[in-house]
Amino acid sequence: MKTWDIEFAHLDAGYGAHCVLRDISAALPAGKISVILGESGSGKSTLLRHIIGLSRPLKGAVSISGQDIFALNPDGFRRLRRQMGVLFQDGALLGALNLTENVALPLGEHLSLPLPLLREAALRVLAMVGLEEFADYYPNQLSGGMRKRAGLARAIIAEPRILLCDEPTSGLDPVTAARMDELLLSMHERYPKMTLVVVSHDLAGFKAIAEHVLVIRDSGIIFAGTPAELLRSQHPYLRQFLERRSGDAGLSLQRPMNPRVHSSLTKWLES
Amino acid sequence: MTKLLTLPSAMCGFMGRWSMTAIDSVGEMTLFMLVGLSHIFCGARIFPRTLQQLYAIGFKSLFVILLIGIFCGMVLGLQGYYTLVQFGSVGLLGSAVSLSLIRELGPVLTAIMLTGRAGSSMAAEIGVMRITDQIDALYVMDINPMAYLVSPRLLAAMISFPLLTAIFDVIGIVGGYLTGVLMLNINEGAYFYRIASSVTMSDLTGGFIKSFAFGLLVTTVCCHQGYNTHQRRDSVGPEAVGNATTSAVVISCVLILASDYVLTSFLL
Repeated sequence: MKTWDIEFAHLDAGYGAHCVLRDISAALPAGKISVILGESGSGKSTLLRHIIGLSRPLKGAVSISGQDIFALNPDGFRRLRRQMGVLFQDGALLGALNLTENVALPLGEHLSLPLPLLREAALRVLAMVGLEEFADYYPNQLSGGMRKRAGLARAIIAEPRILLCDEPTSGLDPVTAARMDELLLSMHERYPKMTLVVVSHDLAGFKAIAEHVLVIRDSGIIFAGTPAELLRSQHPYLRQFLERRSGDAGLSLQRPMNPRVHSSLTKWLES
Repeated sequence: MTKLLTLPSAMCGFMGRWSMTAIDSVGEMTLFMLVGLSHIFCGARIFPRTLQQLYAIGFKSLFVILLIGIFCGMVLGLQGYYTLVQFGSVGLLGSAVSLSLIRELGPVLTAIMLTGRAGSSMAAEIGVMRITDQIDALYVMDINPMAYLVSPRLLAAMISFPLLTAIFDVIGIVGGYLTGVLMLNINEGAYFYRIASSVTMSDLTGGFIKSFAFGLLVTTVCCHQGYNTHQRRDSVGPEAVGNATTSAVVISCVLILASDYVLTSFLL
């Protein structure tokens, strides 16, 4: 039986001549929740784009179930991509469609099913993410958290073997973020064979959901292992990351404001 | 001496680069159009989406086309009357108005109005979809973005541009009637007789060929600009959407007028 593990072999990734990730070799185990951690701009989302096939590697390979996805022919790649669900950062819901239409889109486009059945399938997953009563709302009528949950509903409607989530909790308040984490855990319980990859810089979130962790820093992977191993690590950067220390000695608030700017500003504020 | 030689060589270099970029863009847009057209024939769900686009491009532009058409016809009637009266040929007003509208003004003005009304909206909508990952989301769902976004618009434009041009022509002739017959008292029978006797089938066909070509051109340019918003070098994010929309309208208008000249020289 096929296992849906993901492997990077000497991967160089970037945009044009700009290399964001260098010589990445790591594996994301099948059937587990893997969290890719790193600072903003470290290349987490770039790595995710390579798994989806939205960007091509500069060098190296990305393999899913042992198959190099960029060596597959277009039909083979499309067959493989059908096994993936993706939650984009802001949900990436189509603005012209309501939630039901958005969520049912992957089924509606590929299966010849009557509309009532499609709606029923969409309502089923919307209920799973707690949005059944907003089924006829449009994306611009929803909050950021709701849009992300709707994006998750769309990602899971075709019951993918691999679920990829790009910063599912960024920009959310702690309560909504915790709800999102619970949702991902419940997805994992419901579909235990699903490989879940979450890109995040949310420490609380990673502690709640991760079974496997990759940490990206300076274009490379500086840690790969379990959350317990990460929390025990004495690596200076990992300690800094986990303890939320800036470590930036150059940051200073002592530099005085130009007197002319200061006096003009004062006049304006007092006017 | 070296400086004197540098200037022409720099100018040649600039012209060469500009020409290469222009040829590159034309090739890219042609391929974009061909891919879009090819999905019309193999896209399974093209018709419901085309109906939506017919509503957006065609029906929603109807009022503005009627408005521009009636005023255009009225101005033609007025200008035509005062020119023809000098030669004692006011009876030819019907010919002047109808031929100007059917051969030139109808297709060109309709295409320019549709560029402003529907083309800009296409570029902006697709551009926003690009920068908010919606096009990537379609790709990930194994939905071809060209088949989903571009092909229905191309098909809808190929249907609605000629139809709106026909409406523009008819309402323009009515505008000419209002000024010529009702305001300036030209003989009503002469006005319509001149239209019937001077307008030939080839005039009508030529007008429709032009509007069909403009529909393809405008939709290709506007969709292409929106679709490639993320590849713009002058800006990123929402600013790129604004610039893509502006470029779409400017390029479309220039191409409408340039291709009008080429088509007219072939059709005459």
